[in-house]
Amino acid sequence: MHTLTIAELSAGLRARRFSSVELTRSLLARIARLNDVLNAFLTVTEEAALAAARRADETLQAGRGGPLTGIPIAHKDIFCTDGIRTTCGSRILENFIAPYDATVVERLNAAGAVSLGKTNMDEFAMGSSNETSFFGPVHNPWDVKRVPGGSSGGSAAAVAARLVPAATGTDTGGSIRQPAALTGITGLKPTYGRVSRYGMIAFASSLDQAGVLAQSAEDAAMLLRAMAGFDPRDSTSVDQPVPDYHSGLAAPIKGLRIGLLREFFESGLDPEAAKRIHAALNVFRAQGAITTEVSLPNLPLSVPTYYVVAPAECSSNLSRFDGVRFGYRCENPRDLLDLYKRSRGEGFGAEVKRRIMTGTYVLSAGYYDAYYLKAQKVRQLISDDFRRAFEQVDVVIGPTSPTPAFEIGAKMDDPITMYLNDIYTIGANLAGIPAISVPCGLVSGLPVGLQIMGPVFSEARLLNVAHRYQQETEWHRMIPRGYE
Amino acid sequence: MDWETIIGLEIHAQLATRSKIFSGSATAYGAAPNSQANLVDLGYPGVLPVLNGTAVRMAVKFGLATGANIARRSIFARKNYFYPDLPKGYQISQYERPVVEDGTLDIVLEDGSRKTIGITRAHLEEDAGKSLHEGLKGMSGIDLNRAGTPLLEIVSEPDMRSAKEAVAYMKKVHTLVRYLEICDGNMQEGSFRCDANVSVRPKGAQKLGTRAELKNLNSFRFVEKAINYEVERQIGILEGGGSVVQETRLYDPDRNETRSMRSKEEANDYRYFPDPDLLPLAIDDAIIADVRGTLPELPDEKAARFASEHGLSDYDSGVLTASRELADYYESVVEALGGEPKLAADHPEEQLAASKLAADHPKEQLAASKLAANWVMGELSGALNRDGQEIAASQISATALAGLLRRIQDSTISGKIAKEVFEAMWSDGKSADEIIEARGLRQITDTGAIERAVEAVMAANPSQLAEYRAGKDKLFGFFVGQVMKATHGKANPAQLNEMLKRKLRQ
Repeated sequence: MHTLTIAELSAGLRARRFSSVELTRSLLARIARLNDVLNAFLTVTEEAALAAARRADETLQAGRGGPLTGIPIAHKDIFCTDGIRTTCGSRILENFIAPYDATVVERLNAAGAVSLGKTNMDEFAMGSSNETSFFGPVHNPWDVKRVPGGSSGGSAAAVAARLVPAATGTDTGGSIRQPAALTGITGLKPTYGRVSRYGMIAFASSLDQAGVLAQSAEDAAMLLRAMAGFDPRDSTSVDQPVPDYHSGLAAPIKGLRIGLLREFFESGLDPEAAKRIHAALNVFRAQGAITTEVSLPNLPLSVPTYYVVAPAECSSNLSRFDGVRFGYRCENPRDLLDLYKRSRGEGFGAEVKRRIMTGTYVLSAGYYDAYYLKAQKVRQLISDDFRRAFEQVDVVIGPTSPTPAFEIGAKMDDPITMYLNDIYTIGANLAGIPAISVPCGLVSGLPVGLQIMGPVFSEARLLNVAHRYQQETEWHRMIPRGYE
Repeated sequence: MDWETIIGLEIHAQLATRSKIFSGSATAYGAAPNSQANLVDLGYPGVLPVLNGTAVRMAVKFGLATGANIARRSIFARKNYFYPDLPKGYQISQYERPVVEDGTLDIVLEDGSRKTIGITRAHLEEDAGKSLHEGLKGMSGIDLNRAGTPLLEIVSEPDMRSAKEAVAYMKKVHTLVRYLEICDGNMQEGSFRCDANVSVRPKGAQKLGTRAELKNLNSFRFVEKAINYEVERQIGILEGGGSVVQETRLYDPDRNETRSMRSKEEANDYRYFPDPDLLPLAIDDAIIADVRGTLPELPDEKAARFASEHGLSDYDSGVLTASRELADYYESVVEALGGEPKLAADHPEEQLAASKLAADHPKEQLAASKLAANWVMGELSGALNRDGQEIAASQISATALAGLLRRIQDSTISGKIAKEVFEAMWSDGKSADEIIEARGLRQITDTGAIERAVEAVMAANPSQLAEYRAGKDKLFGFFVGQVMKATHGKANPAQLNEMLKRKLRQ
């Protein structure tokens, strides 16, 4: 049962081949057995999950419910869940019980999905390896000595190990797509504003976007349909109808214009990974797609740009964690300043502090123009590059990550090398466009991902292209050894 | 040396919206601590701000009323600093691009001349909460009811040259925001507060002196006193050969002095940047036209109308239009007294008729409006002040006051007796006529009765009569007093005068 996709599970539930309670029990048992090794789940909500599964079964028995009714999922621990611990991977929220549901959680609950718990993540989503979590690193089921990527590493490992058929994630600079690539699953980051950010603990507000990690583009389409849409509680969410992503999945891609990013193939890309990408392009060509080279001249500036904008916003967003109203408070503060300094000093980890300090610096009087303002200008140039590219092509395709999963500890002492891991994914966040990563092969036994990017609100097209690829290939069906 | 004082004010007006600027919590004053603070106000993880459209319309209203530019696109920015009553660790405000820019307001100086004060900008922002330090056993408490309350910060140009001008400007803004119904103006509750930037320079100098920012000026009186203190302090420093330090100073009303809070070096670096949670605020022509349609008659327009329509002096017009409620009350009294000659410019025939009417009865008409003005500004305002009441909740309604004034007009009672009747109306709420009847205060207009009283007084005071007749004219007042005493003040004064003059000469 655990290897089935959402589409298959949904059919099974409707055909009464199994109940949601049975499905939920079996996955909870699997989590109990395997999570110690993977550390993918931080909180498992067994009782709530079984209660939700029972309700789903009643709905199904009454002949009601939708495609997600009774489907187990998991939430990245960045989404607030009413009455359930929400840590954001940080000591500062170690015992924080959220008093409300994020919009994403609320909508998936309303769609009948059954949440099994909360998944591990880099602290405040700041990291590309899931090693910055206060609750310890997540292990990649393909090789437990290796990272699953980050920051949605817990969600990625849980789906890859088939502990849950799909999970929510968030993507600020690649935090859905990179772990999806490194664990051999499908990860979709929607257009900025497509999914509400309400209840999603903010890292960098202008870049953060909720999305999904799943086994296939088809499953991602089903989840996105339920999650997306305007939310009056999020002023940056866009009031635009949500299409039926599922209905267009199988549309032919004959004549599809695919752009190949010259900049993506130029440097740093693992040669074996490059071969997998080229092989994938042949799959598209065989279906009648046309590939042309496109250039985004400003894209090489995306990493420095991102590492000004994201820390600037995070330095402000994380100010509310001050030990006053909620979260960790230091023991016996001498005075107010001591309370602030020690609560935050003890509550935040090294990477979060590094970014708060960087962000504080770039916003300071005298530096604002040179850093923050300049970064905003470059961000606009990168957006313009993408816009021009999408006048020539329908989608842009390239690698998701320069290398397959690296070993735990390999890059922790070298933040710059770690940051460069996001070199292919950051552009989509800066431009606010959607992007999806699909598995496209193995390098030395480890999965690598193919990234497809499109113009704003082109999720249906991206899912269609990814689905057509998955109709022709089996990479998304690969399951790491020991988890079959 | 002669010194010139330069003052600019930053006024914080709390906008009279029902809910907060970025959340749905109520803004009512005086609720139990933290009972009006939801997750957004508490800055909980994951929550987001949503802008209150009513607050935006109120800012636009202020902009239109001061002839300012309304920005078609303005930006909300974060002002970052740590303080326990600032839940998010930043205040959402407007920095580089405020919603309102380049307005003006006119004030009237002591010599009666007008002066235009520039309004640099007015921007929307959220208020912080309150820290409580009393009765908590050495701990501090935080009340976040006020956190997120909408404020309009109104920043003037450094156009004022004395504490009196600063107060006149502040009062003018106070009047305006209440006319516009965008702020209740309650200074005790902190709905209307002010910081003052004060500097001095040698008279004739071009360059501005170093300024100090004065905080905690929560009454008109404190603004005046704090500025005067600060000006003396700065002049003292400069004349002693020292230099003024740029700093923030707190006014202490108990000691009437200002004290240093923090210097420029200690000032926070607020690290302003555009708030990524809020889209740029777009205001189109339709919104502006719509808000323009809700503008009431503004104080200056009303004062000008009072002067021309009711024949009042500039001073009286100014006093009576200081608040919309007072002006409305006054106009209701005048109307109840029979109204004014209508000068409807749109209808030439009516206007002609009206001018004719005015020409036929000029005295009565002007007397009515002047009588009403005197009573509203005098007895009524005095009683309201004495009992700390608002005119809207006045013990004596406009109609009731008109009922009293009508009895002065028709000589039923004298002005002096009217004051007695007024006090009785104020305390027991009865009508003027009821009181006049019940207390028998009706004026004596019967010539025979007055004559009898005069004769009795003359008979009773033969020596004074002899002195008067020998040329001691000032004894006339003595006789008036005696007759009034004898008639319990009810003799019609004009008739009494005439009668006395005639009788005493005989």
